[in-house]
Amino acid sequence: MGQQWGRRLKYSLLRRVVRSHTQDQYPLQVPPETDLYSLDRIRSVIAGLPQVRELGIEIVELTRGECVARLPYDHRLAGNPEDGVLHGGVITTLMDTAGGSAAFSVARQGQAVATLDLRIDYLRPAHPPDPVVGKALCYRLTPTVVFVRGEAYHADSSNAIANLTATFLVGAVGFALKE
Amino acid sequence: MLIEQIRALRSQARFAEISALIPYASVIGIEVLDGDDEPITVLRQRPSNIGNTVIRAVHGGVVGALLEHAAIMKVIAAHELDGFPRIINLSVDYLRPCLGDSDTFARGELVTLGRRIANVRVVAWQQDAARPVAAAHAHFLVSSRSGRHSTQRSPRKTGHDTTVSTSKA
Repeated sequence: MGQQWGRRLKYSLLRRVVRSHTQDQYPLQVPPETDLYSLDRIRSVIAGLPQVRELGIEIVELTRGECVARLPYDHRLAGNPEDGVLHGGVITTLMDTAGGSAAFSVARQGQAVATLDLRIDYLRPAHPPDPVVGKALCYRLTPTVVFVRGEAYHADSSNAIANLTATFLVGAVGFALKE
Repeated sequence: MLIEQIRALRSQARFAEISALIPYASVIGIEVLDGDDEPITVLRQRPSNIGNTVIRAVHGGVVGALLEHAAIMKVIAAHELDGFPRIINLSVDYLRPCLGDSDTFARGELVTLGRRIANVRVVAWQQDAARPVAAAHAHFLVSSRSGRHSTQRSPRKTGHDTTVSTSKA
């Protein structure tokens, strides 16, 4: 009996440790501020990208390791002309932009950022004509890879339209030019 | 109705016109070429598709959109549907820089097609099909009109086609 309780206690403590590790604020090991790009510079570079301008994506919030971007609705971006629901590719572009910006915010100056892979789960159709918000968060940073997750939603972040899981390569300029 | 329009075009293998029904396709310059064998999806080079101005690469999201579009086309081409295929998820691997100064091509391959779910793999390339710039796999929700007999209508090999086993039942 006593042994069983001891075991239960052990596992409940263990579970608590695991939980606090995965659910609390992510203790990102971000390089010193002086080594990073300024957030204003990242914002202006992202805002100037042709495809970002084409879709009207706007960076609403950018902090170290986190980005919130917003996409206004436009019927040109529909995947289905009947109901006007946004094409999945538009959500992918929004989430790649948010994820890439979040990765940029923790990259050292001089480093480039490139998407290595991304997965989008389309949880429910985006609702026209509401704008879509895409939020991305870096949860692990290594010298070469930034691990990012995020979600897309309308107004209520607990009611996600899509989920993002992505990895970004940092310091990729060499990789890109060597090709 | 859109689905009737798609069905009519599909019966004549006019996939280019099916693709043109999708508004977003023209925003990023996606076209479908009706080949002899099967449709190939092309992303035309356009300055507005750039997502990396340093190496002038196409935006990762646009590459994802191309792969998704090619996958949808494959599902439509392979099977008579009751409704428009609905995407469940998409997983993209970026293999090489997709440069913005040339066209990008994509072709889907149906891995499985059941009564409800289609699994598609897609590859995208630029100059050389042997050097892919990106690859993806995606799941779609399909409501088949005649799932059991789909293999008779479409003689193409579809790998591990689950409809083959159900048609024996």
